[in-house]
Parts: sequence; structure tokens; C-alpha cells
Amino acid sequence: MFLKELTELSGVAGCEYEVRDYIKSKLREIGCEFYVDKLGNVIAHNKGRKNKTIMVAAHMDEVGLIVKHIDSDGFIKFDAVGGIDQRVLNSKAVLIGENKIAGVIGSKAVHLMTQEERGKSLPIDKLYIDIGSTSKEETEKLVSVGDYVSFKSDYVEFGNNLIKAKALDDRAGCSVILELLSMKLDADFYGVFTVMEEVGLRGAVTAAYQLEPDFGLVLEGTVCADMPEVEDHNKSTIIGKGAALSLMDNTTVYDIDIVRNIAKIAEEKNIQYQYRTSSAGGNDAGVIHKSKEGAKVMSISVPCRYIHSPVSVASKDDYNNVVKLAKEIILESQKGE
Amino acid sequence: MFNSDLMKKLSNCFGPSGREKNIRELITNEIKDYADEITTDPLGNLIVRKKGNGKKILFTAHMDQIGLIITHVDEKGFLRFSNVGGLKAKEMLGLRMVFDNGLEGVICKEELKNNEKLSMSKLYIDVASTDKEFVKKNFRLGDMCVFKSEYYETEDCVVCKAADDRIGCYILIDAIKNHPATDNDVYYVFTVQEEVGLRGAKTAGYSINPDLAIAIDVTATGDSPDGIKMDVKLGGGAAIKIKDNSIITHPEVKDLLTYLAEKNNIKYQYEILEFGGTDAGAIHTSREGIPSGVISIPTRNLHTSGEIFNKSDVEECIKLVIAAAQ
Repeated sequence: MFLKELTELSGVAGCEYEVRDYIKSKLREIGCEFYVDKLGNVIAHNKGRKNKTIMVAAHMDEVGLIVKHIDSDGFIKFDAVGGIDQRVLNSKAVLIGENKIAGVIGSKAVHLMTQEERGKSLPIDKLYIDIGSTSKEETEKLVSVGDYVSFKSDYVEFGNNLIKAKALDDRAGCSVILELLSMKLDADFYGVFTVMEEVGLRGAVTAAYQLEPDFGLVLEGTVCADMPEVEDHNKSTIIGKGAALSLMDNTTVYDIDIVRNIAKIAEEKNIQYQYRTSSAGGNDAGVIHKSKEGAKVMSISVPCRYIHSPVSVASKDDYNNVVKLAKEIILESQKGE
Repeated sequence: MFNSDLMKKLSNCFGPSGREKNIRELITNEIKDYADEITTDPLGNLIVRKKGNGKKILFTAHMDQIGLIITHVDEKGFLRFSNVGGLKAKEMLGLRMVFDNGLEGVICKEELKNNEKLSMSKLYIDVASTDKEFVKKNFRLGDMCVFKSEYYETEDCVVCKAADDRIGCYILIDAIKNHPATDNDVYYVFTVQEEVGLRGAKTAGYSINPDLAIAIDVTATGDSPDGIKMDVKLGGGAAIKIKDNSIITHPEVKDLLTYLAEKNNIKYQYEILEFGGTDAGAIHTSREGIPSGVISIPTRNLHTSGEIFNKSDVEECIKLVIAAAQ
């Protein structure tokens, strides 16, 4: 499992190089052939027995922020990159740019809030990043407009095999693919680490165009809503209940025969699974299945509470179930005629 | 002569987006004796070819219909769902739904608290059973259901569900059976997953790479009481699309369709739709670009269980498709 290292790297959409460099070094250790395409996707190839072209994809990027203005007092105004949960931004620690300048997200003092503002989450334009500077000049020595900002959040293990970290969506998937590649399975597949999923599935478009897969398997960190007050039918996924199989989301209607067949494989191999019951959201499968002449796709996810926030929570057991199930699917797909 | 039996079969055949197996089989059976080549692509598009050495022409109609997908089953026989295609919570209450296995349910709502807005998560399907085993055995997450509604027709009009776009399928089936003598290499494609984002047409357009593409689909009308402002009306003939949200028809394609209609005495009207899109939207940006247009069937009450179209409009559309194939 590479989750600790992967989640502690910064990789806001469009600026994935730290994650990419880490993955490249791991692929060299594993001894797996790979190349990096023009958009920055890492495409690794596990050679083996082959019936069809399989693309296993996870995205390297995470949601984050970008610097858009430095004001005369040295405070930084910013915008969101990807679907940030805006409720969580205030009072968070962040790291800015290549040199990881430390900052905190602030807002005006609580006693100055209007009646309407109190008790509500503040919109992005009311927030700023404070790096302890007192002037525009001082801030500009350390930070430039266009710098990416990621959350500062440590990897922590707690509870019953749970993990708290940022960017579990989708370093979880990246870690699963690294594990699959290190198994050296006698089954051919491409392990693809995509860029810019969070801003519109962009890296996967060009990756699928190059590889022309027959089957795309997308590994994700997905929304989990098993909190108090949420009625059962709105829970999407439940932590600790296994690998989540997608039925439908905003970008893909999954082939029900494939879904049922994968559920069957999970049952035969005693791998715990659940269905992802929300049809909101989308992922790289949405563009892979529509690439060129079309492809079959499936998405399997690790449920993540508080997704798109600095404190996502996932279960190592669910993660391991995704590893096991993905492995069985690849082996089954490339089994001899 | 309008073939009511065929339209009734097409309308009643189960096939929400992503679950087009039954409707694909039905259409295959209808046209198999008339085609030179029949294939199904990875997404499930049904590709019917009438071979020729001339220009490659692609006609599409989508097989899928709107519906619901089950996202939660409780043991008391209440199902929760999400929409597949354009359906709104406020339009669903009281609807009868039918599943692929023939079982049915009714859409009901939870009691709403003061001023609470009706949303999809407040709705559920009651499958009319207090037998836990029955519910568990017959309803699974991922199952889909569609409107249950009786086919009905008058002298000039038809009322049915899924006229969007089974009437387009009807038109292409008729055109295949009456395929004209021509050098053109003609592909009649019945696409999947139009209602969730023109998905099947995208891959079909890419793989066929035609010189000209024409989608056959329903369009809204402006002829109902206090309806949308739009010039299209029932009985006004085949509608030649000028634009919608997915495409601005290639001027040469619009001119070609107009020329063919006038030359062959086909009744037509122009259509400007201020919302929505069709398969042509996905096809015309494929590869280096494909000149594309749309022939529309004026239809009232779109995306309801009682869509209404005019049989004479359908005849005009068929004539126009055959003229274009030639």
C-alpha cells in the first residue's frame, strides 16, 4: 500500500508532477515499462497473457485551490480547482506552490459577521490565504498568481482500520494500480495514471484515444454518505462494507451484465462488495467508454467520507477489497480462450 | 398506411438507456431480411448497412427511452430511485412504472413538511407487496423501470410512451424495408444512450465516419395551449431542424433536405428548438467533422407517458429519409 506517501504529495489538477514523479520512481523499482504522454498521463504496461486491451485507470490529481490575486496587505485571494466542498475551507492549513509556502485560510472576525453570515459557510470570495506577510511585496517574493494550493493534512490511521488523509480521491486508485503492477500478473493490462480528472475527465480522453481499450476499469475514491441523520436510501456507499461497484453516474450507465458478473466474481472469491447507489458524480469511465469506437467500462471504488475535503476517511479493508477484486477481474478478462 | 402494430410493439418494448437489449432484438427481427449487414458495436448500437459504392450516408434513431434506476430496496417493498434521462420529480407522482420482468410499481411521495420542496429523494416506488421474500427476489439495485402506459390512436394521431424515439426507429425500419435503388453506402443505425448524453451516437459516428449524417428524432411543438413559442406543429409535415442546443445544422444539409422535400412534394416545416439536443450533436463534431442534419417528428408532451404525434407527419418523414438515402 502506497497511500501514506501518495496522499502526502501535492497534485492539484493541472499540477500533478509530484505525484507523477513518485509514481515513475515506483514503476522503476517495480521494473514496469511506462511512458508519459503529452498531457502528463503516466501509462504503464504490464505485459502478459492477452485476449483484449485492458486499461486500468486512476487519476493522480486532487481538488485544490489556485492563487488569483495578491492584495496590498499581502493577503492572497484564490479560486477553486475542481469541486471543492466550500463549507470546509475556512480555517484550514494549506501549502502554496512548489516551495510549499505555509498558509492558513482566513476570513473576517466572527464578531464582525452580519446576522446573515453567522452560522453559514463562507463563499470563496469572502476568504483569503494568510501567509504571515504584511505587504504585497513580501508575499510576491514567495507566491505568484497562478500558484497551486493544496491542503495540508497528514496521513493518520485510526479507529477500526480507518485512514484519514487528503486526496484519497484518487490516490487510493493510484495506490491500487501500483499494487496490481507490482504483482507481475500473467495478464496484460495498461495501468494508467491520469491527469485533470477533477476539472472534467481531461487526461483520460487522450489516454483512451491512444490505447483504444476494449475494456476500461476505473479505480476511484468515491462519495460515502453513511453519516448520522442520512436516511438509508441516501447513503451512496457505506464505509467498511467493501468495494463499491458503480451502477450509474452522471457520465456512465454501466453495462448491467458486466456489473452482475463482477458481483459474481466477488462472491465466488469471497471479496466484500457493495453497490454505489448514488447516480451523482462522474469519473474517467465517462470518457473512456465513448472514445473512438467505444469500450466496455466498469468503476470500482473505495468509499471516502468527507471526500474533496482535507480530512477524507476511508477503510483499509475496503481498499484491500478493491485490490483483490481488480486483480480477479483482470485475470478473468485475460484468461485463455 | 401507418403500421399501428409495429409502433405499438416498439413503444411497449422495454429499453431505458443502457438496457437496450430487448429493443435491439425487436428491431433486428424486423429488418434482418432486408439488410446487407447487421452488426452491434461495443456500446450496443445496432448498425444496419445497405451496401453501395457511392457516398457513405448515416441515418440514426435512438433506441433508448427515459426511465428510472433503482438505488435502494427496503424489505417493506419500497424502492428508491434516480432518473435515467430527463425526468423531473414534480412530473412523476402517481405514475405507474413497469420493470423488465413485467412487475409494476406506483410512484408515491413521503409526507412533505412545511413548504418542503418535492425532490427525487422524497419519492419512492410502492411495488404493492407485503411479502418480503417476493420483494427481495424480484427487485435489485441497478434494475430499471419505465412508464407503463397504453398505446392509443385516433384517425390521425397516436398517443404512447417512448415515441421519443421509437417513432424514429419506426421511420428507419420503414426506410430500410423500402430502401431505394442507389449507389450510396447507407448505414441505418439504432443508437443507445441518447437520453443520457448522446453517447451511442458518438462512437457510431466515429466508427462509420460518413460523408453525411442525419438523425431522426422527435421535437417539441408550439401548438399546445399557452405552450412554448415555436413554429412547429402537429400535421405540419416533416420538421427540418435548423438548430437546437447540440447542433446548428450544416447549411448545405438543410438546403439539401429542403430541396429534396420540394422536389418530391414532401410536406415540411423548419424547426428551431431552443433546448435539447439529438444524436446529430455528437456526430457532427466526430473526427474531422461530419456534415449533419436532423429530420424531426413534431411531438407533444415529450418525456411523458402520453407523447402525441401525427401519423401523416411520420409518412412525410419516411419519404424524406428515403429521398435522402437515394
